[in-house]
Amino acid sequence: MEQLSQPWPWWAAGTIIGLIVPALLILGNKHFGISANLRHACAACLPANIKFFKYDWKKEIWNFFFVGGIIAGAFIASTLLANPEPVQVAPELAAELKGYGITDYSGMVPAQLFSWESLLSWRGFIMLVAGGFLVGFGSRYAGGCTSGHAIMGLSDLQWPSLIATIFFMVGGFIMANLILPHILTL
Amino acid sequence: MSDKKVFQTPLAGDMPRELYTDFEVRSLDTMCVNESQLVHPWWYNLKYAAIGMVFGIAFIKAEIVSWFRIQEMFRLQSFHMYGVIGTGVVLGAISVWLIKRFNIKTIYGEPIEFQPKRFSRGQIFGGTIFGLGWAMTGACPGPLFAQIGSGAFVILVTLLSAVAGTWVYGYYRDRLPH
Repeated sequence: MEQLSQPWPWWAAGTIIGLIVPALLILGNKHFGISANLRHACAACLPANIKFFKYDWKKEIWNFFFVGGIIAGAFIASTLLANPEPVQVAPELAAELKGYGITDYSGMVPAQLFSWESLLSWRGFIMLVAGGFLVGFGSRYAGGCTSGHAIMGLSDLQWPSLIATIFFMVGGFIMANLILPHILTL
Repeated sequence: MSDKKVFQTPLAGDMPRELYTDFEVRSLDTMCVNESQLVHPWWYNLKYAAIGMVFGIAFIKAEIVSWFRIQEMFRLQSFHMYGVIGTGVVLGAISVWLIKRFNIKTIYGEPIEFQPKRFSRGQIFGGTIFGLGWAMTGACPGPLFAQIGSGAFVILVTLLSAVAGTWVYGYYRDRLPH
């Protein structure tokens, strides 16, 4: 239990993620991918006669169970297996974030950036609402997200997935280093 | 089901009207498509929830869904996320190779199928847009669910916004370069 509640090393998590690929394939020929759920939600709730959302989403219902499990697992890990210590971050990052007034390291997301109150500030609104929009729009436009392209697609040696993964990183580097510092000072 | 089973993903860009089977529409712009012909009671899906739970625990315990870890990754301040994704890809690739090499079947005896993906410019444009959002929210779609599970309920707003982004993409899909 002591071991489990400490933060896990990268190789432990990487091993689990890597083994999810064959586990889903062998359990039912399911391909690892998460952003498709966002599309199934559109197809289920608001297809609005858009061809892209007019398909039998019930065939993909397994994926809703999969993300339901993620929520439950995250809840268990944050309660029963919770690590009482704040997350340890690189000193350079901590110094930079301090300049933006981010000093709370207790949660998975910084409470000073992501809270109901911060939604009312430009900084919080942009990061929560615009950020989410870009994730949803971009992952579908790219045909998958980190799980579908970077893990499943690369595992299957699909070169379009390699291109997508490279541009995920390009976008991330641009945002984190060039744009985000301006948003964080808002 | 009158759908013809076609294991070829349609061209990403143009969409000739009314030509596509349900499978063809469903497999547009997506990596994971379920084409199992087996019909099971709903609770058979609980095994996917169980896998999801293990995934969710690993997400939190290895701090993969931490906004701070993502910032470190994009500032090259930590090896952690590269190690996680790298290990995942190597093990995933070995597993997929073994499945193909030994023609491993599912536990129900169905063949395991892979569908080749086509290149589309969406992987460049959409990929970059996704990356911008990833570095802002510190989460790709999977971690959004895990952040909510960890008690950060405000991320529900981000998740709804991601669904809205997906919907807007669907609405404008035919007019976007692919």
